[in-house]
Amino acid sequence: MTTIFDGDRRHFLTLAGATAAAGFIPTRFAIAGNAPVKIGILLPYSGTYAMLGESITNAFKMRIDEAGGKLGGRSVEYVAIDSEMSVPKAGQNVNKLISKQKADFILGPVHSGIAAVMAKIIGKKGSPIMIDPNAGSNAVTGALCAPNIFRTSFSNWQTAVMAGPAMYDAGHRTIITISWKYGAGIQMMQAGRESFEKAGGKSVKDILNPFPSVEFQAHLSTIADMKPDAVFAFFSGGGAIKFLKDYEAAGLKAKIPLYGTGFLTEGVEKPAGSAAEGVQTTLHYVRDLPNETNKRFIANYEKQFGAGKSNVFAVQGYDAASLLLQGMAAVDGDVGAQGKIISAMGSAVIDSPRGKFTFSKSHNPVQNIYLREVRNGKQVTLKTLAKGLEDPAVGCKA
Amino acid sequence: MDLTVFLVQVLNGVQYGFLLFLVSSGLTLVFGIMGIINLAHGAFYMFGAYIVFWLNGVLGNFFMAILLGVPIMIVLSLVIERFAISYLYQRDHLCQLLLTYGLILILNEAQLLIWGSDFYSVPVPEILSGRIALTENQDYPIYRLFISVVGLLLAGGMYLVIQKTRLGMIVRAGASNREMVEVLGININLVFSIVFSVGAALAAFSGMIAAPVSSVFPGMGNGILIVSFVVVVIGGIGSIKGAFIGAMLIGLATTFGQVLLPNLASMVVYALMAGILVWRPQGLYGRTTSS
Repeated sequence: MTTIFDGDRRHFLTLAGATAAAGFIPTRFAIAGNAPVKIGILLPYSGTYAMLGESITNAFKMRIDEAGGKLGGRSVEYVAIDSEMSVPKAGQNVNKLISKQKADFILGPVHSGIAAVMAKIIGKKGSPIMIDPNAGSNAVTGALCAPNIFRTSFSNWQTAVMAGPAMYDAGHRTIITISWKYGAGIQMMQAGRESFEKAGGKSVKDILNPFPSVEFQAHLSTIADMKPDAVFAFFSGGGAIKFLKDYEAAGLKAKIPLYGTGFLTEGVEKPAGSAAEGVQTTLHYVRDLPNETNKRFIANYEKQFGAGKSNVFAVQGYDAASLLLQGMAAVDGDVGAQGKIISAMGSAVIDSPRGKFTFSKSHNPVQNIYLREVRNGKQVTLKTLAKGLEDPAVGCKA
Repeated sequence: MDLTVFLVQVLNGVQYGFLLFLVSSGLTLVFGIMGIINLAHGAFYMFGAYIVFWLNGVLGNFFMAILLGVPIMIVLSLVIERFAISYLYQRDHLCQLLLTYGLILILNEAQLLIWGSDFYSVPVPEILSGRIALTENQDYPIYRLFISVVGLLLAGGMYLVIQKTRLGMIVRAGASNREMVEVLGININLVFSIVFSVGAALAAFSGMIAAPVSSVFPGMGNGILIVSFVVVVIGGIGSIKGAFIGAMLIGLATTFGQVLLPNLASMVVYALMAGILVWRPQGLYGRTTSS
C-alpha cells in the first residue's frame, strides 16, 4: 500500500476511502510519515507591506526550526506565493495553493480584504486548515468563521475597543477619528469611536482617506479648525510614518494629543523619530513585556534577522507555528485526521511572546490589550487595559 | 468653511499640485516627445527617494545627496534607454508597456535586494526645518513651501529651455513630427537618449525632494504613477504647460474632494479627468494629432 502512495494527499485520501469502504482501515501513520507536510503561504513579499510578510515568514520558520524542523514528526516543506496585496488575485492564489500545490495547511494573509476571500474559499468542508497570522477583519472569526479557520493575531475590534476608555480617562471629551477607507481602518475606527462614546465622550468627526493615499494635509487643516481634545488614528507602515510626520509638522502634536491602534507606531519608531514620541496606542503586544518567552523570542529573532527587527508581526507568525505544532503533535503528523487537529488547536494554550493566550470558540485569540507609548524611540507599556479580551464574534454560526 | 480655512485648503491644494507637477513633468516629456509610455516612471521616483535616503545617510547632507543622486539616476536611465528602450521606438505601445512594466518589476526587486523591505525616512534638512504659524492651531512647514519654490523654478526653467533654446526647438519639433526632424539631419537617437534620461531624472528628483515629507518604502511609486498619468492626460500629452495646469487642478480637486466630498474623494480626480476629456479629448493643451 505504501508503494502506491506517491506523496499526494488527495490520491491517498481517495484510496483510503476506497479501502475503508472495503472494510479495511489502513494505518495512516505509516504512510503519512513518508512525505513532508506542505505549508502553503500567501503573504505580501513586495510593495508597502513586504516587511510584514517577511517578518511573519521568518518567525514561523524559526519556530518550526526551534522544534527540530518537524511537525508531528514529519519534515516540513514551504510553498510561498507573493500576495502582492491584490484582492482580485487572492482567489486564484488560494486555489493554486489548495489544488495545484495540495498544501496541507495555509498560512496567510496580511490584508483584510484578501482574508475575506480566503475565508470564503477555505471555510468549505474538505479544505485545509487556514491560520491567519495578521489580517484583523472581524469577519474572519465572525460572519465567515469556520472550524478550520484560526487566527493568531487579533480582530480589528480588539485592537481599538480599549482606546475609547483610555482617551476618556486621560481627560479628553471630544475626538476626531481618522483612518484609511478600507476594511481594517473602518472597523478600528468604529470600535474606537463607539468605545469612546460609551465611556461618555463625543466623536465630532470621522475622516476617511482613500486607501492607500498618503495626502493628509487637507484633513490636518480640518482637524486644526475643529480643535478636538484628541485625535484617534489608524494608519500603518509608510502611511503611518507620513501621517505622524505631517501631524507634527503641522504643529498639531503639541496641541492635540494623538492616539491610535498600535499599528500607527509599531515598527516605525525609528523612521518617524520625534514625530512618534509620546504617541499612545493600544495593542495586544509590546516589545518590553517582561515574560521569559518574549525575551527569548526577541533575542533569537534578532540574532538571526538583525537587531531591532522583531515586531508584532513576527510574534504573530511565531505563534501560528506554535499553534500548528500543537495540532500536529496531537495526531503524530497525520494530516488526514483534521477533526482531531482542529480540536487540539482549538483548545491549545499558546506560550506567546505577548503572554500565554487561548482561543475563543470562533478561533480568535483571547488576549490582553495594552496601552503603550513611544519613549526614546521604543515602545513602553503604560498599563494593561484589558485582561483576556474576547472578540464578540458577531455573526459566527459555526 | 470660513475664509481662512478656505485659503489654507487652497494652499494645501496648490502645494500638492507643485509636487504632482514635479513628478508628471518628466512623464509628459517622455510620453509626448518619444511616444514612450513609461510605466516605470513611478519606480524611478521610488529609486530617487531610496538613493537620497542612502546618500543622505552616508554624506549627512541632503543637498549633497541630491547633487550626487541625480547624476547616478541619469547614468542608470541612459543605460536603460540604450539597452532596452531604444529597441522599441519602432514598435507599438503594447511592447513598450510590457517592457516598462518589466522594468517596474526589476527596479522593485532591485530595491528589495539593496535596501530591504523596511520603511525609512529622510530628515528635513536643518535649514528648512522651521514652521510658520498659519492659523491659531496650524503651522505650515517651511519645507513644503520649499517644494513649491522648487516646482515653480522647474516649471520656469523647463519653459525657458523648451521655448527659447535650440534643444528645446528640436524637442518641440520632434514632438510634432519625428520623421521630419530626422530628415533634417538631426540625430534623433541622441535627442531621445537625452529626453529619456531627463524624464527619468525628473522622476527621481521629485522622489528625492518628496522623501523628507513622505517616507521611503517599497512600492511608494505606484500610487504617484497613476496620478501622474491623470495629470499628463488632462494637461495634454507632451505639454509642460498642460502638466502644470493639470497638476494644479488635480491638487486642488484632491484637496477639496477630501474636505467637501469625503465619500467620493477617490473618485473626484477621475471624474474631473473624464469631464475634461469629454470636453477636450486631446487634453487642455494637447495638440490634435495629425498622423
